Amino acid sequence: MVMRMTVKIALAGNPNCGKTTLFNGLTGSNQFVGNWPGVTVEKKEGKLRGNHDVTVVDLPGIYSLSPYTLEEVVARNFLINESPDAIINIVDGTNIERNLYLSTQLIELGIPVIIAVNMMDLVNKNGDKISMEKLSAALGCEVVEISALKGTGIQQAADRAVAAAGKKVRPVVHKFDTEVEKAITSVSAMLKDVPEEQKRFFAVKLLEQDSRIREHMSSLPDVSREIGHLEEIFEDDTESIITNERYVYIASIIKDCVVKNKKRTVTTSDRIDKVVTNRWLALPIFALVMFLIYYVSVTTVGGFLTDWTNDVLFGEIIPPAVENLLESMGCADWLQGLILDGIVAGVGAVLGFVPQMLVLFIFLAFLESCGYMARVAFIMDRIFRKFGLSGKSFIPILIGTGCGVPGIMASRTIENDRDRKMTIMTTTFIPCGAKLPIIALIAGAFFNHSGAVAWGAWMIGIAAIVSSGIILKKTKMFAGDPAPFVMELPAYHMPAAGAVLRSMWERGWSFIKKAGTIILLSTIVLWFFMSFGWIEDSFSMLEADQLDSSILAKIGGAAAWIFTPLGWTQAGEGWKMAVAVVTGLIAKENVVATFGMLFGFAEVAEDGIEVWGSLAAVMTPVAAFGFLAFNLLCAPCFAAMGAIKREMNHIGWFWFAIGYQTLLAYVTAMCIYQLGTFFTGGGFGVGTVVAVLLVIGFLYLLFRPYQATDSLNMDGGRLAKAVK
Amino acid sequence: MKTLKEVSCGETVTVEKLWGEGPVKRRIMDMGITKGVSVYVRKVAPLGDPVEVTVRGYELSLRKADAAMIQVSAE
Repeated sequence: MVMRMTVKIALAGNPNCGKTTLFNGLTGSNQFVGNWPGVTVEKKEGKLRGNHDVTVVDLPGIYSLSPYTLEEVVARNFLINESPDAIINIVDGTNIERNLYLSTQLIELGIPVIIAVNMMDLVNKNGDKISMEKLSAALGCEVVEISALKGTGIQQAADRAVAAAGKKVRPVVHKFDTEVEKAITSVSAMLKDVPEEQKRFFAVKLLEQDSRIREHMSSLPDVSREIGHLEEIFEDDTESIITNERYVYIASIIKDCVVKNKKRTVTTSDRIDKVVTNRWLALPIFALVMFLIYYVSVTTVGGFLTDWTNDVLFGEIIPPAVENLLESMGCADWLQGLILDGIVAGVGAVLGFVPQMLVLFIFLAFLESCGYMARVAFIMDRIFRKFGLSGKSFIPILIGTGCGVPGIMASRTIENDRDRKMTIMTTTFIPCGAKLPIIALIAGAFFNHSGAVAWGAWMIGIAAIVSSGIILKKTKMFAGDPAPFVMELPAYHMPAAGAVLRSMWERGWSFIKKAGTIILLSTIVLWFFMSFGWIEDSFSMLEADQLDSSILAKIGGAAAWIFTPLGWTQAGEGWKMAVAVVTGLIAKENVVATFGMLFGFAEVAEDGIEVWGSLAAVMTPVAAFGFLAFNLLCAPCFAAMGAIKREMNHIGWFWFAIGYQTLLAYVTAMCIYQLGTFFTGGGFGVGTVVAVLLVIGFLYLLFRPYQATDSLNMDGGRLAKAVK
Repeated sequence: MKTLKEVSCGETVTVEKLWGEGPVKRRIMDMGITKGVSVYVRKVAPLGDPVEVTVRGYELSLRKADAAMIQVSAE
């Protein structure tokens, strides 16, 4: 029997260094995309092409192994806990100085490192020279030259990594200042239960006073004497001293290994950047790019594809075909209902969004890989950071005006975990296309078609995003991640078509897979609640116009008191509002059709003109505006909830998002009703007092001082365990 | 004392010292802004913040508030 040896290789490198391209080149279509346990950071794994005993793990793109960002902690926990057999460290040759900074840290981990210098074609084009032999000698590890884009040298890099796997690691050759080295040696001597090759890593981390290193050590030696000594000599903190020493070492080897072309030519990237982020042209160009994305992915191509999927494919083609098939088989009514209105409608709800999403994802992948996305953050940062969002939050919110589902999915481009979560939670506050019929209904029935209602709806959406950003930023849950906006602006380059398409497909598929289940399931459950009920005391399946006898109507009736403070229960019709809100979860435009059914109209126009009279009789205009606000802000439709669940990738965060949205909706609708009623002469009552208190509480949350913290808001123990 | 925040576009300066501590300082240093490095201030974002600098041969953007932590001297 032949022994099969499995080898695990980790791929590490800075963001924007071509790591994803290399990973795709090494593994081909043999990939598994998931998430690192417990966090929203994407994890990719794949089998090496031509050698399926070798697993390649793509680590998040990082600049350092500091304890301060989620990506860095995830990467180093993996490297320490799972000790891969070798690391391929991909280094951008055009930006070698900063890239080697991570390399000096990886080399200290006691795992064989192969350095793959990427983008050598560009280096040569610039007239620079990098000596691989000298670099190899100076870093004490193997160095190979590759072009991830063209695929040259990558097989060699992989072969070397496999050959190095499990071999004895060469001792670290880079040296810091003699005083620092003395301290490292003396701390290393204290580390009894750490393997020899990892001693330098742990000694350095202890000297840096790394807050998370204790998770990996059974005992912590006291190194305060060494730290005190160093801080006295260098007049700086040890963390900074060591960071400094790394760059000093790199600068010293760069002199020997890299020959820079003396006459620095202006690159194409420089020329593009001169125009694109020009003081005067930047904003118009940004507006044009955004308009183009919106126009193509929401208004025209994407909108057309989605309408076609929803109205034709899942409207005129599939349902009648399935219906005919079921009829010809003599299928029972309830089963036919389940299949048609439950399953087919549910699948349609999932797939209906996919075409539009794919169009959008092509744009996003293009913008990300060409380098413009970083400029979007650069241009918009000033505005968005004020309320705790990233400049990149602009795109999800913009797309959200068309449809919240691709909007939420677009938040994937935001690297910072806190900014991303915040964007996911707030994107659906902006009125999406499906909420427009509700706006038209309320404006028509209560406000004489006033355009001010639509304007008010937009203002509520924007105010909800801004104030939620400010309030959440100050809560414990979000205060944790200290991510300063220190961002690389990568050189512009033309992305490879294959990479763009792959990114589009991965994101689209992950929506279908991860969001699809929840969407389908909720649609089926709600179908059941809507189609069954009690007619003359016997439980049976209902006709479409008997919705008022359904289980849902019973639940609505039982829950109507909840909405009393919102003013929906006049004339005992409050349950109809409750039911409409719930059916709005399938798709927001359903609210209008539901009112149609409940007020006894079989078919209603998109703006529900038939029910205006009935509606006006059971709600005051103030309550109606509150009802509108509630529908705008509360939990979005199931499809958007599925997207939230997918992107949060954490059930607790999912419920927190939905709960927060619904609570905010309730409080807003209540304050609108209570205060609106008071100011329109409706008298003063308990409700008014509660509303005033809520407004005061809201203002307190909004204006209380903000306290930044220094620690990463992440359950380290849980994460460490999960990675194991 | 002059900080990076006060440097105007088109100027090149040398980093003297980094003030502050913790994550922000570490992040700035991780990105290559350390004592003795030369920094070229390339441009300011259209809305006046952040700024774009060239350091160690690449482009980096940072907010003015963070740039104020970086003490510099003219070259």
